[in-house]
Amino acid sequence: MATPARYLTQKIAKALVWSAALSTIAVMVLILFKVLSEGLPSLGLRFFFDSPKEMGREGGILPMILGTAALTAVALSVATPLGIGTAIFLREYTREGRISRMIRFGTDCLAGVPSIIFGLFGFVFFVIYLKMGWSILSGGLTLAAMILPTIISTSEEAIKAIPEKYREVSYSLGGTKWQTVIHTILPSALPGIFTGIILSIGRSIGETAALVLTAGSSLLMPTSLSSPIRTMSVHFYILATEGISMKMAYETGAALILLVLFVNTIANWLLNRYVRHRS
Amino acid sequence: MFAIGVEGELMPQQDKIIIQDFNFHYSVLLALHNIHLTIKSNEIFSIFGPSMSGKTTLLKSLNRLTDLIFRVRHTGAIFLDGKDIYDPEVDVTQLRRRVGMVFDLPTPLRMSIFDNVAYGPRLGGIKEKKRLTEIVEKALRSAVLWEEVKDRLHTSALRLSGGQQQRLCIARVLALEPEVLLLDEPCSGLDPISTLKIEESLIELKKEYTIVIVPHNVQQASRISDRAGFFLSGELVEVGTAYQVFTKPKDKRTEDYVTGKFG
Repeated sequence: MATPARYLTQKIAKALVWSAALSTIAVMVLILFKVLSEGLPSLGLRFFFDSPKEMGREGGILPMILGTAALTAVALSVATPLGIGTAIFLREYTREGRISRMIRFGTDCLAGVPSIIFGLFGFVFFVIYLKMGWSILSGGLTLAAMILPTIISTSEEAIKAIPEKYREVSYSLGGTKWQTVIHTILPSALPGIFTGIILSIGRSIGETAALVLTAGSSLLMPTSLSSPIRTMSVHFYILATEGISMKMAYETGAALILLVLFVNTIANWLLNRYVRHRS
Repeated sequence: MFAIGVEGELMPQQDKIIIQDFNFHYSVLLALHNIHLTIKSNEIFSIFGPSMSGKTTLLKSLNRLTDLIFRVRHTGAIFLDGKDIYDPEVDVTQLRRRVGMVFDLPTPLRMSIFDNVAYGPRLGGIKEKKRLTEIVEKALRSAVLWEEVKDRLHTSALRLSGGQQQRLCIARVLALEPEVLLLDEPCSGLDPISTLKIEESLIELKKEYTIVIVPHNVQQASRISDRAGFFLSGELVEVGTAYQVFTKPKDKRTEDYVTGKFG
């Protein structure tokens, strides 16, 4: 039998966790509602397939969408192999020791650095020193450095979660370390690694500060990896802060949200398919 | 000594594994002390005793799975067909193919039945589909699982029952065509019917393989083994034919364990 005092504690606890959950949802809904209600009604398909005119007062955002996609692709294609490789090294190829502690300390620091510092570094190193200029490449490499810690730590967690018995089985069947990694460890860790990649995509699409400094703010259609671009977030930022067009800013914001939702849905669908296929 | 071969012929038994003065340490803990033991070809040898007596350690030393553990060391030697398995020139992956291991709990990998059995051969470089199909069928037949799974080879191995999963693990090892089979309490999580099936297949398998098993109880050891060794706190107390060890043990400690006074 619960005493009255205990009963009261129960009630309060229940109220607290419910209100925590509800306020979280409320904040999310509010933000989405504000941006979508301002942006969606006037958003037409044409917006996605047109180039901007008059500094973005008219037209669409096709160059920004392409630029954002190219930038994310560059960042992921650099950071994913590096990150997964580092995670495999940390978990399978080295024991807990000075080197692994140093790498972990490094990635933790990297994760805590404000994005504008990455932007400054990218500007000084890629844009000026390596003479890449404001470009997809400079921006993508800067982003890669920013998402690397996320990919390393999620991959490492995913690999750590694999029961020791699977390794033992693979080795006992005459597997080498590399074969064990490729055929047993990576397939089992893939869902977790994928989560890290999805988070990184979200971060890449949303990043603004670092990219103004490294990818530029050109309105032109990108033609190669060395083209300067303006990502959707940067476009949104410039439209809103320079008073060019709030309407177009909200439309860009709505488009950004739809794009992220689209990417996440596709990614989740792929992931579920993979998991179902394997069990 | 003779063993009965595949076609019922008598075969002379050889010394398959010779363990000499073997000591094994985990960090500071001495797990095996001064082990001398010879295991003959085509016999089922039981390593039995209470838990923490070093049985699994000895088993894993025989195919060097102990290499995976951090901070361990050993002294002494283990010979397989006269060659020291701890010799620096030994290819460990090759050794593990010759000395296959089945673990105490069924450990199907998260893939289809076919892929589980084909895992080892594929790692060994066999890619040809037809050859793999033959190997998989032969291994599943030897593990007495073929009839139950032949129509669903490409479904997930995780959907099999516990007993079927353990026979799958045996098949997976047999697909490597090893010479020695190590089994670490292979029936510990299984029902009596599955246990019986596995025991039957082991007796069939010893015609072709040398089997070293850690049985999950004394009864199982006495049912299936030809010879047995009693381990206690890392020492080999007594070794002899199964009949002698289980009915007329020479050592008081063996007798107490076999008759259930402790353990």
